[in-house]
Amino acid sequence: MSGLLKVSSNPHIRSKVTTNGIMMAVVLALLPAAGFGIYHFGPRALMIILLSIASTVGTEFLFGLYKKKMTITDLSAVVTGLLLAMNLPVSVPWWMPVMGGVFAILVVKMLFGGLGQNFMNPALAARCFLLISFPAQMTDFSYDTFTGATPLAALKAGESVNVMDMIIGKTAGTIGETSVIALLIGACILILLGIIDLRIPGSYIVTFVLFVGLFGGHGFDPAYLSAQVAGGGLMLGAFFMATDYVTRPITIKGQYLFGIFLGIMTGIFRIFGPAAEGVSYAIILGNLIVPLIEKITWPKAFGKGGKRYGK
Amino acid sequence: MNKAGERLYNGLIKENPTFVLMLGMCPTLAVTTSAMNGLGMGATTAVVLAMSNLIISLLRKLIPGKVRIPAFIVIIASFVTVLQLLLEALLPELNKALGVYIPLIVVNCIILGRAESYAYLSPPIPSLFDGIGMGLGFTFALTCIGAVRELLGTGAVFGYSIMPHSFTPIGIFVLAPGAFFVLAALTAFQNFLKITGAKAGKDVSKIQSGCSEDCMNCGEKGCSRRFYDNETNMEIIDLEKEEN
Repeated sequence: MSGLLKVSSNPHIRSKVTTNGIMMAVVLALLPAAGFGIYHFGPRALMIILLSIASTVGTEFLFGLYKKKMTITDLSAVVTGLLLAMNLPVSVPWWMPVMGGVFAILVVKMLFGGLGQNFMNPALAARCFLLISFPAQMTDFSYDTFTGATPLAALKAGESVNVMDMIIGKTAGTIGETSVIALLIGACILILLGIIDLRIPGSYIVTFVLFVGLFGGHGFDPAYLSAQVAGGGLMLGAFFMATDYVTRPITIKGQYLFGIFLGIMTGIFRIFGPAAEGVSYAIILGNLIVPLIEKITWPKAFGKGGKRYGK
Repeated sequence: MNKAGERLYNGLIKENPTFVLMLGMCPTLAVTTSAMNGLGMGATTAVVLAMSNLIISLLRKLIPGKVRIPAFIVIIASFVTVLQLLLEALLPELNKALGVYIPLIVVNCIILGRAESYAYLSPPIPSLFDGIGMGLGFTFALTCIGAVRELLGTGAVFGYSIMPHSFTPIGIFVLAPGAFFVLAALTAFQNFLKITGAKAGKDVSKIQSGCSEDCMNCGEKGCSRRFYDNETNMEIIDLEKEEN
């Protein structure tokens, strides 16, 4: 630790980490899950992904032209577009990813000052915008000839689900959320590259499991718990969206608190809410309280705070 | 009657209560789910505003400064009660749509604000027109917001469907978040007009909001931000004390 605190005059050593590189790694890590989505749901999924990316990058390009400050080369718009598409069902009409992409970049990111200033995850905000606006299309998970419910909806209705299918990803759901294996491969890539760590995903998932075990009505039944963990967008949300650099707390204690908050909120939404899924709402709610979390977990400078003596 | 015209212009454009002063946000965001609701809410508020301004101005010499707020509330509440009974009898559907926001007009901060900053200090006729101007400005803003939300959220305006059949209504616009989107967009549009006008070197004083002078030395009597009367050297409203 003391080696890191060396004080010297410039020139300093420059880190090789760039925004561009991080975004590239995230895209790479999302590819297994996106690829599985295309394999599982057919070519229409590829079309949704491409449309979504085209609309986010296009919006960022046009805004860059207007502001005379081009920011598309940092690839963050590509990540947003890919994440948004992975959060949409495959059956949505073609204009929905386009509208979501424009909303994500223009309203949530650029109007607040661009990358680094957005107060909530753009892809998730766009998903929630679409979910509230078009509930029928956004919860229609039929594909090919399959018209069943998502595993979480089935679980909520009291039916049994095949956990193995959910881990491989052969279930209904949004394009990128079904395959737990593909998502975990991507998460491993990010962890090995040092881009994310397990603080937020770990505390999120552990809290969620504890909450569901305590209040889910099934106790700590392994089959039920593993179905809850593997189902829906929990894996995608915990590893790829809750860990977004811009919208997570920067203090270490704060990151644990953030994860715990997300776990509790997701549990509340899934168990007590009317809908079967609640990961996206939990994460954007969490994004909103990040400033408060940072305020209470901000480390005190040496000599500040604490008790005062001699008064 | 030049004063009256100036008051109308002030309320409609220069100090539009919704887009410029940002007053009365609660009914603005809550009831503008359709153009009709916006118009109804705006018109109701406008009537209360005009009448209460007139009465408060007539009674301004009689109301002691210390109890002026309760006195204002009694006057405003009387008019709101009258209007609610009228709405129940004549327009029951609108009354149902606006619901609790009709009685809540009593605490609408535009009405209290105008009573406090204008009607209590000014003669009756300008006060009446100040109320009408502010009321029309509020009605105009609410109808605009309501029309945009209704158009995007249901594809109709004033209940007449005008969008093509292929249009899928964007449901979020008739829900609470849509109100914020539309209000922000319309306010941004108004600011955009002002800024581009200023850049082009045009005289923007006609559409400028409020003023750039300091309030202590401001001569404009009707200004809603004014809290110091430099003619009588008296504090009109002590904002700090008021909050405590």
